[in-house]
Amino acid sequence: MLTVENLQKTYTSGGKSLEVLRDVSFTVKEGEFVTVVGPSGAGKTTLLRCMAGLLPPTAGTVTLTNSGKVVTSPPKEIACVFQDYSRSLMPWYKVSRNVGLPLDNIIKDKNERRQAVEQALQSVGLDGFGDSYPWQLSGGMQQRVAIARALAYRPEFLIMDEPFASVDAQTRADLEDLILRVRQTAGVTVVLVTHDIDEAVYLADRVVVVSSRPTVVMDVIDVDLPRPRSQVTTKGMPRFGELRTQVATLIMRASAEAAAAQGQTQL
Amino acid sequence: MTTESIITAATRRRRSASVNGALISLILPVVILVAWWFASANSVSPFFPPLQRILQTFVDAWLSTRVASDILPSLARLVIGFAIAVVAGVGLGALLGRLRIIAVALNPILQFFRALPATALIPVAVVLFGIGDVPKIALIAFVSSFPILLNTIDGVRNIDPVIEDVGRSFRLTKLQRLHWIQLHAASPQVISGMRVALSLAFVVMVSSEMLGATNGMGYVTLLAQQGFQIPLMWSGLLLLGLLGLFVNGIFVLVERKLLRWYTQNQED
Ligand SMILES: Nc1ncnc2c1ncn2[C@@H]1O[C@H](COP(=O)(O)OP(=O)(O)O)[C@@H](O)[C@H]1O
Ligand SMILES: [Mg+2]
Repeated sequence: MLTVENLQKTYTSGGKSLEVLRDVSFTVKEGEFVTVVGPSGAGKTTLLRCMAGLLPPTAGTVTLTNSGKVVTSPPKEIACVFQDYSRSLMPWYKVSRNVGLPLDNIIKDKNERRQAVEQALQSVGLDGFGDSYPWQLSGGMQQRVAIARALAYRPEFLIMDEPFASVDAQTRADLEDLILRVRQTAGVTVVLVTHDIDEAVYLADRVVVVSSRPTVVMDVIDVDLPRPRSQVTTKGMPRFGELRTQVATLIMRASAEAAAAQGQTQL
Repeated sequence: MTTESIITAATRRRRSASVNGALISLILPVVILVAWWFASANSVSPFFPPLQRILQTFVDAWLSTRVASDILPSLARLVIGFAIAVVAGVGLGALLGRLRIIAVALNPILQFFRALPATALIPVAVVLFGIGDVPKIALIAFVSSFPILLNTIDGVRNIDPVIEDVGRSFRLTKLQRLHWIQLHAASPQVISGMRVALSLAFVVMVSSEMLGATNGMGYVTLLAQQGFQIPLMWSGLLLLGLLGLFVNGIFVLVERKLLRWYTQNQED
């Protein structure tokens, strides 16, 4: 289990300070798919970087509950997929090297490593593309390389920051279904951040709805939609509509409150 | 279309464009040579001998014993000096790029040495190291290391934080991150520093041979001028120009290979 407890983050640079996370708490259970949804600029990337041990929080903790380990630096149990694939892949290395790079420290045997890379590429439907360079591939394919890299690392937790935000709608639907499929076979727990309400509901077991900055958790919503999910059937269910309305209402309320608070500080 | 065919089509287009470009860029040099040939054909001026005589001198004087006695020693000094500059510039630059405070503290001194005209240092080198190979190599290395050093510091410092996050989140060691991420990410800037450094190295190579030297292309060319062997002087200039082009050409080939990922990325 992964526990986020009273996380706070205030950036200070050049004498100015910006409160981004005010108080964020939630838990992620073994094998669960949790999505975090909130408006752009809410501090979602900040939250994930704190969870991944890439950014020290101002206060609060992230704990890997199984080992009781408090995350202060990137733990081996967590792998990340970043928002912008064009910046998170290494254009100077071929796809297979991109995927295999993190394995150099955990799989000593060269053959075994090559197999792990091939298997990961296969699981995202990219077998045969190991010898291409990332920039020879389409955006959707590049993000699949990033997913393969994270899967090959064999993490317990897969943390994804708006992974499908910069691809077209059809590719996006394909990638959503891909991630639902592979997390099953890889048995990995997923935390995925998005600003897209439909996506948040479609993928999740639970949706953590966060406010705009300074961020607090508005509510955590259980998604009782049957699995396996399907773009057509699931999204056509009345229950899907109810859930997305519920989330949308929360987010709208958050924006209204933020606007009101802003008005107050300006007075 | 498959990726395979996209690549070959794009490459083919680029190839034919570069062949056309090469042809077009050859026109002017050829025109100038032809014009020079005919304009100087009947020249009796001692300062402007016929091109034919210059070329004859070029073959007789340079493509003979002087290859071993002057051309190769010059080039060896260039290559060794430049290689030292690359190793020192990239190594020190990567280190300083990581240690912001030291880089900031050293910046005025680095800028001072970079701004210092290279040729002003030649007498200093002669005083310090005497004549011979050592002062020349040291000077070439010293002068040409600055653009490499400064560009490496800059390149390493301006790496995209996202790719740094990738390296850290997958628990790569500091050395792995330097080797696999930072140096690659900084390489476009490092290589453009090397390009500036190479032309500096060439200038220092020639001018250091004009002051306190016993051999080398710069030495022979200067001697020719002082001894009133004008065709030899002109042919020396021709040789230096051609070698400059040649060295630069090799550099461009290496650069293209190393930065293929970068140029391809930019086109998208
Ligand atoms: N390193 C940083 N220093 C200062 N401010 C930052 C930094 N990173 C992000 N911010 C600010 O924090 C706010 C939230 O950013 P971010 O976490 O990227 O939001 P989101 O991912 O939800 O769009 C933004 O206003 C952004 O400008
Ligand atoms: Mg973000």
